Amino acid sequence: MPFIPHTDDDVRAMLAAIGVSDIAGLFEEIPPALRNDALTQVPPPATEMAVLRLMRERAERDGSYLNFIGAGAYEHHIPAAVWQIATRGEFYSAYTPYQAEASQGTLQTLYEYQTMMASLTGLAISNASLYDGASALAEAVLMAVRLHKGARRVLLPRALHPVWRRVVRTLVRNQGIELIGLPYDPHTGQTRADAFPADDCAALVVPQPNFFGVLEAVDELTDRAHQRGMLVIAAPNATALALLRPPGQWGRDGADIAAGEGQPLGMPLAGGGPYLGFMTCRAEHLRQMPGRIVGRTVDAVGKPGYTLTLQAREQHIRRSKATSNICTNQGLAATAATIYMALLGAAGLGQVARTSHARALQLRDALTAIAGVSAPFSGSIFHEFVLKVQTPVAPLLQALQAQGILGGYSLVNDYAELGQALLVCATETKTPADIERYTDNMARIIGRRFQPAPCALKPS
Amino acid sequence: MLIFERSRCGRQSRAQAPAPAETDRIAAIPDQLLRRAPPLLPEVSELDAVRHYTLLSQQNFSIDTHFYPLGSCTMKYNPRGANAAAMQPQFLARHPAAPDATGQGFLACLYELQEMLKDITGMAAVSLAPMAGAQGEFAGIAMIRAWHDARGDTARSEILVPDAAHGTNPASAVMCGYRVREVATDADGNVDVAALAAAVGPQTAGLMLTNPSTLGVFERHIVEIERIVHAAGGLLYYDGANLNAIVGRVKPGDMGFDAIHINLHKTFSTPHGGGGPGAGPVGVSEGLRQFLPLPVVAQRKQEFRLLDERELPLSIGRLAAHLGNAGILLRAYAYARMLGDAGMRRVADFATLNANYLMVELRRAGFELAYPQRRASHEFIVTLQRLKEQTGVTAMDFAKRLLDKGIHAPTTYFPLLVPECLLIEPTETESKQTLDLFVGAMKEILAEAHATPDLVKSAPHELPLRRLDEVRAARQLDLAWDPARPAN
Repeated sequence: MPFIPHTDDDVRAMLAAIGVSDIAGLFEEIPPALRNDALTQVPPPATEMAVLRLMRERAERDGSYLNFIGAGAYEHHIPAAVWQIATRGEFYSAYTPYQAEASQGTLQTLYEYQTMMASLTGLAISNASLYDGASALAEAVLMAVRLHKGARRVLLPRALHPVWRRVVRTLVRNQGIELIGLPYDPHTGQTRADAFPADDCAALVVPQPNFFGVLEAVDELTDRAHQRGMLVIAAPNATALALLRPPGQWGRDGADIAAGEGQPLGMPLAGGGPYLGFMTCRAEHLRQMPGRIVGRTVDAVGKPGYTLTLQAREQHIRRSKATSNICTNQGLAATAATIYMALLGAAGLGQVARTSHARALQLRDALTAIAGVSAPFSGSIFHEFVLKVQTPVAPLLQALQAQGILGGYSLVNDYAELGQALLVCATETKTPADIERYTDNMARIIGRRFQPAPCALKPS
Repeated sequence: MLIFERSRCGRQSRAQAPAPAETDRIAAIPDQLLRRAPPLLPEVSELDAVRHYTLLSQQNFSIDTHFYPLGSCTMKYNPRGANAAAMQPQFLARHPAAPDATGQGFLACLYELQEMLKDITGMAAVSLAPMAGAQGEFAGIAMIRAWHDARGDTARSEILVPDAAHGTNPASAVMCGYRVREVATDADGNVDVAALAAAVGPQTAGLMLTNPSTLGVFERHIVEIERIVHAAGGLLYYDGANLNAIVGRVKPGDMGFDAIHINLHKTFSTPHGGGGPGAGPVGVSEGLRQFLPLPVVAQRKQEFRLLDERELPLSIGRLAAHLGNAGILLRAYAYARMLGDAGMRRVADFATLNANYLMVELRRAGFELAYPQRRASHEFIVTLQRLKEQTGVTAMDFAKRLLDKGIHAPTTYFPLLVPECLLIEPTETESKQTLDLFVGAMKEILAEAHATPDLVKSAPHELPLRRLDEVRAARQLDLAWDPARPAN
């Protein structure tokens, strides 16, 4: 019996102690008509060896690609130590640290995580993580509306990740909050700071860089929003924060809240998760922050230690009046992110950002040297950029895929106005040889498409 | 000691950082966008970091090191094989936006998990999208709202929640724009059916129910409850927190539930990870299928695809940027395949056997049960109200003393309606010998509570730290290390 340790003798002794003759007797309170043992879609038990083999074969069939897709999930080198430590049983199989004295490992790690994220974003307070970047942004929108206390409209730039915009809509739509789009400049690719609507709004979301990989004019956007009485929610790329001015220092007064995706800090791409959402804010907004928060305190004899704190904001205490329904954080992912940041340090994380930036520029230079390929936006980029091609994107990406290359993320569905465009990313994981391989294949595929079709019948 | 206190200026774990590119191109970024001072990250060697976090890990209780009789949390063994299965290099390297054609093996696992969950819960369709139980609740209530709205029935404004429910239930209903009305519990721990009948009406959008309930008993009036809510035009939501008690034996779909969530980190043994990541797939009856959150895995002619907005235009939408906690879903899949159909049925059997054995033994040892007249499901409640009156020892004190004995505390002070309660759930993966050790520890503490109550009231004594001052933590807030501030 997998994972069930009982011997026949144990079972007999336990049933005798309870005073029933068999296990079925323990289900007597369940109405007989509701009992249903039938399982038609669950196969018979398989051994660990068989399951590992099945999943290894499936994984191998999926294969490996040279990946240039970013679009919110970024391939970075993850030091070997990160997951070897994070999957130690003491972290992996620990419960939520409600019993603080038995959870100091997780609690101190989360306190260190909070310190790192607060510093990285330049804001005073960090929570212990939320589910992912998109849902963290939705929580930030709800938080900003609670803080504003007046308006229930929030400005979401069109240059914000289109799926994140949809996630925010899903999570806030039933609370009477209106989401208003903000256009981008078709030349620079930056969000237009001069296009705020006349209505009162609670908050402006400022991605940095935006979905196109373009760096926003964050100072101007922040100051203009603050002048209009709005809160500013920063949505920065986590790696870029090692290099870029932190949200807490944007404009004259700094952003109010930062929320984003922590995946680049040591999470594998893993088909979409688990990742972690980070959220930080100014000290005065603390009481409206959702999610778990760890605080430092002392024990009965004055020794420093850590505990979950300010739980009166949370659902298990406040129930229907909580700041959010969120219960879990992404504890293990936050642990991995902490180990990742500790191993890299500011210099190492800065180097990840600088090398990624340099590789992206190299790749852009190389690709735009191909006839029929251009970069439509003039704004500065971080590690991702938009390409326009004079051939349909879908077959181009398919042809690259046939060569073992994932060439980018098609923008055709979400940004039809850009024509045949795709979003391409390069991080520190891409070598000059990788960039050459991509460029050579792109040139060959595009070149072939531009050649006139050969005649089917040659004149004899 | 904090990692920051191990930091030395100029030290670096150099093998971990990438090589600089041939030319640094930082000049391409406008100067005013650049950071002026580096972030406060430690400067440590690789060994410093490895040793620091390894030592920290050893300050945790965990399932791998300790017994966790933690009610409502299903802290069963997390198979290492499931972790290994999910950590295949190709699965880890898969970009979430890579075409479906490049991930047929990955999607096959998720599709089969979806099909197994449908079968196990008796629901018509499942989406794996929600990243935790609370997100599953949100999705479920949002689907109930979408169903009413689609019928033009927009006046329903209220969700009913039993007073014993998890706090996430009312909080999730509020996030979906509903008011919450609590329904009382009767003396036997069942929903008070008369109170429910009086509470339903044209304003009722639905009822959220955990069954077996958080009181550790099977909701005996479930058939009547289902009739009352449906007759009033409401829908039934099943909180799957306690699915481990009935998995393979009873299906929520057969009980008439319209929407449910399943906590994979409970019933399907994926790790709790010190507080997440979890996963909370949702299941629905036929009428709600079109509202499922995206993406949903579909199979057409041997090919697996993720359905999007074009195929499910009435979906409540997306809950995550990508596919939810995909790696957790793979672990649940591996676990379900190892258990298989026969193993799945044994889960509820042995979880129930362990809980009832423990309940009987604790009663024999002198503990007072909250519902002595009832059979335990996979968990049960001990109340220490009388002990507190006699000795001043509270449920909290008792819990802290258990830590000294090398056992994680049961859930305390939940459900809220039982005073000084311990909610105890042993799970099926613990042996009789472990349960007997637990009973022994409980007996010892009971004796201590009478003989030397101060010993219990000041516990823990045997851990690296004594009891932590939570009041001070909330009053003198220290939420991030500041090198300029002396340690408290």
